[in-house]
Amino acid sequence: MTVKELIETIVKALVDHPDEVIVSEVQNDRSVTYQLTVHKDDMGKVIGKQGRVAKSIRTVINAAAVNNNQKVNLDIM
Amino acid sequence: MKSVTVTGKTVEEAIGAALTQLGTDREKVTVTVREEPKKGFFGLGGKPAIVEVSEKPDPFTESQKFLHEVTRKMGISIEIDASRKDHDLYFNLSGEKIAILIGKRGQTLNSLQYLTNLVANRFSDQYVRVVLDAENYRERRKETLQQLANRLAEKAIQTNRSVQLEPMPSLERKVIHMALKERKGISTHSDGKEPHRRVIIVPEKNN
Repeated sequence: MTVKELIETIVKALVDHPDEVIVSEVQNDRSVTYQLTVHKDDMGKVIGKQGRVAKSIRTVINAAAVNNNQKVNLDIM
Repeated sequence: MKSVTVTGKTVEEAIGAALTQLGTDREKVTVTVREEPKKGFFGLGGKPAIVEVSEKPDPFTESQKFLHEVTRKMGISIEIDASRKDHDLYFNLSGEKIAILIGKRGQTLNSLQYLTNLVANRFSDQYVRVVLDAENYRERRKETLQQLANRLAEKAIQTNRSVQLEPMPSLERKVIHMALKERKGISTHSDGKEPHRRVIIVPEKNN
């Protein structure tokens, strides 16, 4: 399993343009940052009211990362 | 999602044939008429109706698929016990690493529930509610919340001061309100904006 695939799976299920979901990985010292880009009309869908969707995505990927002894961040570009 | 294109003498006939092919019902599909039929003279020059019939994604199967995929990518293998009642979809998850899916105070379970709700309602005309549970976590949490509610109600009465609870999701707040509904000497209400909305227990004389 990879966190990248997990992010893609979640986000593609939420947006109108699944083909334009791009996740890239940046390795830091002790953590990995994932940069998520989506179609501009889908921005609202992945962020949500007061960032509720984004927060939920982060919670789920953090749980997966802990299971894997990793530390991860998610940036929505 | 399956979809077929079918021809027939009339639009209705074509739709009927398509439904038989897909083995489904009229309300579970979307129909696009590609060509209206034209009547010819004496059976000549007529054109059949062409319709495209595709199955609507069903919120129940879509949610289940989503949960399976997400948990698999999380590296957790689970069993899903799924059931539905009117517009409520219930998924009870169980498996070895279930604690990871629940998270601290159900955080992960609630997030996953929220995301699954979005997935379920994406294709649904009517609002459906997704309720996720993991090895009866919700029931156990409910008991804990009821005990907490009673303890804090006692405190509110004895100190004659309002007691604020920590922010909780709506389902959990409801448990608190219900638990204290009949209790004398106090009243409860919620305050604040989601996701920081919290229950406040107010002693009656203080109102």
